[in-house]
Amino acid sequence: MKRELLKFLAFSALVLLAPLLFKGGYLMNVLVFVGINTMLAIGLNLLLGYAGQISLGHAGFFGLGAYLSGILTASYGLDPWLVMPLAAIAVGCLAFLIGFPILKLRGHYLAMATLGLGIIIYIVFNETVELTGGPSGLSGIPNLSIGATTFDTDIRNYYLIWTFTLVIVLLAVNLTNSRVGRALKAIHDSEVAARVMGVNARLLKVQVFALSAVISSLAGSLYAHTMTFVSPASFGFNFSIELLTMVVIGGLGSIYGSFLGAALLTLLPELLRGAQDYDIVIYGALLMAMVMFMPGGLVRGVPELVRKVTRMKGRPDHA
Amino acid sequence: MQFDQLLQYTLSGLATGAIYALIGIGFSIIYNSTGIINFAQGEFVMLGGMLTLFFLELLKLPLWAAIPCSVLASTLGGVLFERLAIRPLRQPTPINLVIITIGASILIRGLAMLLWGKDTHSLPPFSGDEPIAIGGATILPQHLWILGITVVVIVANKFFFYHTISGKAMRACAYNRRAAGLVGIDVRRMVLFSFIISSAMGSVAGIIVAPLTMTAYDVGIMLGLKGFCAAIIGGMSSGLATVVGGLILGVLESLGAGLISSGYKDAIAFIILLLILFIRPQGLFGKADTERV
Repeated sequence: MKRELLKFLAFSALVLLAPLLFKGGYLMNVLVFVGINTMLAIGLNLLLGYAGQISLGHAGFFGLGAYLSGILTASYGLDPWLVMPLAAIAVGCLAFLIGFPILKLRGHYLAMATLGLGIIIYIVFNETVELTGGPSGLSGIPNLSIGATTFDTDIRNYYLIWTFTLVIVLLAVNLTNSRVGRALKAIHDSEVAARVMGVNARLLKVQVFALSAVISSLAGSLYAHTMTFVSPASFGFNFSIELLTMVVIGGLGSIYGSFLGAALLTLLPELLRGAQDYDIVIYGALLMAMVMFMPGGLVRGVPELVRKVTRMKGRPDHA
Repeated sequence: MQFDQLLQYTLSGLATGAIYALIGIGFSIIYNSTGIINFAQGEFVMLGGMLTLFFLELLKLPLWAAIPCSVLASTLGGVLFERLAIRPLRQPTPINLVIITIGASILIRGLAMLLWGKDTHSLPPFSGDEPIAIGGATILPQHLWILGITVVVIVANKFFFYHTISGKAMRACAYNRRAAGLVGIDVRRMVLFSFIISSAMGSVAGIIVAPLTMTAYDVGIMLGLKGFCAAIIGGMSSGLATVVGGLILGVLESLGAGLISSGYKDAIAFIILLLILFIRPQGLFGKADTERV
C-alpha cells in the first residue's frame, strides 16, 4: 500500500509541475484533454482490464454527460456544479439498468451489444435537434467557476481537470487494491470460480459498468464546460474505439497505464499534425501491433523489452 | 397509408435485406468455424465496391471483368488478414480477437481512404436504370440483380456446404473443432477457407449494392453492423435463417424510414439487435439449447 501511495504522490507531483515545463502555450490545451481522456480510459479500464467486460459504447456515456450538462446549463440556466453530479447519477442509473441484460452477454456478443447501444445514443444526439442542436452542435455552455474565479484559460482548466483526474486515479487505485478489486480480477480470470468463492459476479459486473459510466459522464460534463461547445461527432463509434485503443496500449488492468495510453493517443495527432489523414491508419496498426506483440500493454511490455535487451547485452558471448 | 407505398418500401427493403443477408452469412461462416466475430467483415464489403471502381476507372477494365477482379482482390485481402493477423495471435482470447479485428478494420478503412480519398463514388448499374413497374410500385433493374445474385450465391453456398468434401469438413469444424481435428480434418485450413468464403461473399455484396447506394471508404462500418444484425436474428446460422433475418431487417428498416423517420433508420437495426440479444440470444428461430452468449 505504501508503494501505491508513493506512486500516486510522484504522479501528482508530475501533474502539478508539468505546466512549469511547458510554460503555457498550445500544449496546455492538449494536456487538458489528456486529463479528460485519462479519466475516460480509467473508467473503461475498470470494466475491461479488471472485470474483463468489453464495452464499445463508452463514448455514448461520455456524450450523455456532456449533453446533460450542456443542455441543462446553456438552455435552462441551471448551476453547472449542481448539474454535474445529477448528470453522473442519471447516467449511472441508466447504465445500471441496461447493465443487467447487457452484461449477461459475453465476449463478442457483449462487444456488439455495447457497440449498438453507443450508436443508438449517437443517433439520438443527432436527431433530437430541438434539444441538442443536432449535427451542428450545442454552443454557449458556460465555463465552470468557483467564487470569482472562472475557469476560462488553459492553465486554470488544466488544474481544474487534473484535480478531478487525480481524485479518480486515487479512487481507482484504492478500489483495485480492495476486496472489490480482487473480486473483479477473480471474475476476469474465471467467472465460475469467482462465483463459487461467493462473489456476486452478476451484480458486481453491473456495478462496475455503472461506475465506469459515472466516470465517463463526469468527464463528459467537464469536457462540455471546458469546450463550451459539444457536437455529436465527438461521441461516435470512432471515439469509443479510441478509448479502447488507449486502454489496450497503456495496459489492461493498470491505472497508470491508462494515463500512458491516454497521453500517447491524445498527443499523437498533435505530433502527426502534418499527416492528418494518417492517424486513422496508425490507430489501426497500433491496435493490431499491441495485441500481437505486446498484449500486456506499454506498462508491462516495455519493462519486459528492456529486460530482454539487457539480458542479451549481459551475455555478449552467447551468439 | 396507401398500399402502393407499402409495397414500394417492402420491395426496396427486400433488396437491401438481401445485402444484409449476404454479409450476415459471411459473419456466420467465420463465427461457426472459429468462434470469432469478424469486426472487419464490413471492410470487405467496402473493398468490393471500391476495388470494382478502381479496376473500372483507373485500369479501364469493362464491368464484367472488373467485378471478378475485385472479388479476387478482396478475397486475397481476406487471406492476408487471416494469415498475418488471426493465425499468429499468441493469446486468442475473445477480447484480443475483438480488438485485433477492430484494428484490422480501421487499418483497411484508413488505407482505402489514403488510396482512394474521402469522396463518395457511384458504380454504374449493371443493366441500365429504367424503372420497372410492379403493381403500383417501381423497382430498378439493379434491385433484380441484387435479389438474383443473392439467390445464386446462397444456393452455391448451400451446395458447397452439403455436397463437397471441403464444405462438409467445414461443417464438422463448426460442430466440434476438436473432434473434426481428430478425424483428420485440417482445422486451420478450414479456418482459412472460412475467411476466403466470407470475404468473397462480403465483396460481392459490396459490389451489387454500390450502384444503388454509392460507395466510399467508410461504408463498411454500417453495412457490416447491419449484416451482423441479420446474422444475430438468424441465430448465427450460415443458411436460410440468416437470409430471413436479413430480409426482415431490410424491410423493417425501409418501412421505419418511410413511415416513422429516416433519421432513425439506422437506430432501428440496433434496437432490433439489442432486443434479440436480450430476449432471444439464440436467434429468432433457434432453439434455446444452443449456448451463444
